[in-house]
Amino acid sequence: MSTPFLTPLEAEALRLSLWVSTWAVLGSLPLGVLTAWLLARWRFPGKVLVDGVIHLPLVLPPVVTGYLLLVLLGRKGVLGEWLYQTLGITVAFNWKGAAVAAAVMSFPLMVRAVRLSIEGVDQGLESAARTLGAGPVRVFFTITLPLVLPGVFTGVILAFARSLGEFGATITFVSNIPGETQTLPLALYTLTQVPNGEEGAMRLCIVAIVVAMIALVASEVMGKRVERRMKG
Amino acid sequence: MLRISVKRKQGQFTVDASFTVDSTGVTALFGPSGAGKTSIINMVAGLSRPDTGMVMVNGRRVFDSEKGIDIAPEHRGFGYVFQDGRLFPHLSVRSNLTYGMKLVSRNKRTIAFNDVVELLGIAHLLTRRIANLSGGEKQRVAIGRALLTSPSLLLMDEPLASLDEARKSEVLPFVERLPTQLSIPILYVSHSLTEILNLADTLVLLDSGRVQSVGPVEDVINRPELASVRSQNESGAVVPTVVDHHDLSEGLTYLRFGRNLLKVPHFDVSEGAKVRVHINSRDVALALSPPAHTSVQNIFPATVEQVTERDGALVEVRLDVGSPISAKITKKARRDLELKTGQRLFVMVKSVAISRGANGRHEW
Repeated sequence: MSTPFLTPLEAEALRLSLWVSTWAVLGSLPLGVLTAWLLARWRFPGKVLVDGVIHLPLVLPPVVTGYLLLVLLGRKGVLGEWLYQTLGITVAFNWKGAAVAAAVMSFPLMVRAVRLSIEGVDQGLESAARTLGAGPVRVFFTITLPLVLPGVFTGVILAFARSLGEFGATITFVSNIPGETQTLPLALYTLTQVPNGEEGAMRLCIVAIVVAMIALVASEVMGKRVERRMKG
Repeated sequence: MLRISVKRKQGQFTVDASFTVDSTGVTALFGPSGAGKTSIINMVAGLSRPDTGMVMVNGRRVFDSEKGIDIAPEHRGFGYVFQDGRLFPHLSVRSNLTYGMKLVSRNKRTIAFNDVVELLGIAHLLTRRIANLSGGEKQRVAIGRALLTSPSLLLMDEPLASLDEARKSEVLPFVERLPTQLSIPILYVSHSLTEILNLADTLVLLDSGRVQSVGPVEDVINRPELASVRSQNESGAVVPTVVDHHDLSEGLTYLRFGRNLLKVPHFDVSEGAKVRVHINSRDVALALSPPAHTSVQNIFPATVEQVTERDGALVEVRLDVGSPISAKITKKARRDLELKTGQRLFVMVKSVAISRGANGRHEW
């Protein structure tokens, strides 16, 4: 991929960023909604602990999260070795690892947004659906989920934006390999470290701003549309 | 047959209620706020779980703590109309109506979509969004949504309580039609005596989570223990009557109770129909001899059964006119008339409210 505006390396970084962020969000969305629902609606032993672990990436230095991922999921990591030997999957030093890092870092933002939204749903509506013959799973997909869609949109946009900006955990976990793990922020950082890189850095900076603006406007438009659908 | 025997502790409050009633017509759970009416109906629906007890509807056990039976609400097959409607805001009126209907297999549907829409007068609302409905329209849609699941029992939790008077009188006629037009038994929660008199056949009187009495409305409603749950302006007696004949030249309808005939302004109901009449005790006056030269049309001989002191200057006199009624008079009037139990006198009924067979109150 190459454009008149960007050099091939910069264009590749943009493409990779969008790709990694999309997968990070799509991959963590089902788990994020499920986690949000569990935290909003259920009481179980160790709930405080689960809540804490999910929120850790928000407060830990990203490098620490990246290092923990490396220890867990690296080729020689506790889980990573097992994954590689039994399923032949590895996320070390490739774009999948970058997506995992972005997903972990943005997960708390997604869970928070969806959870707040689920807590706002009138449980009376769910009871009403039960008396009309719908089982718990059907109630979730036909009543709860449609009613929390605005919250899910917010969560997706927040997580996507957070994924685009992900730097510390990514560079620690999967390093900075052009075309594989060098996302836009990493490429920008690299350009600032080489002579005559300022021009490229500025171009990437502008690209980052444009992408962020598009994401914000898109979320606003979609949010309005959902709201209008709810209110008739 | 509707057999309910449930016990559940909710914080400081304990519901411990048992009753058995015929599962035809309308059974009203009546009592003041906090009597446990909604708790009981929720346990019948399966939305909350009794600590112990059992719920049996037409021989089908939906809950029994001893036998470990607890059927999920979606499998009980009961319709539920909530006080606050609880329509789904993200769906249209039509989709709300068909939400439960679609989950019932075609051969088990006993109530047709078009019939319900016509019965409730909601055909013009089908494409609307829920947010654009008035309170009364919402409740009619909520009733329709529950009916379309072809329920074996319809639970209604104060379906009119959240509506103002105008909206109430808009919805009440539709609710009144349900028992006669669809033969679904209804368990109806209310704290409004007017609604009960309009709708109910059987009354379950509740207070503090316990059943105070159970029986046909006319029997239970006149029992003295009911006085405590009635508000001041609702005190009085309910008299079951039969339409004797109409006198169109005078514009009157004659209602028979015992050997007496009650004259009321003409209203359109067939002869022989049963009509329930509510006589407020403030509208009953007493006289020792048959009064002549009076505008009051309804004068009956009566016997004093009991005189009870009430707050302030009033006493309540329970009388037998072939059916129990009561009068509120001042303490001074009681002294002047020298009222005692067993005394024979005459009652003058200034006004009655007709509760069933016609809409609204008829006063003159």
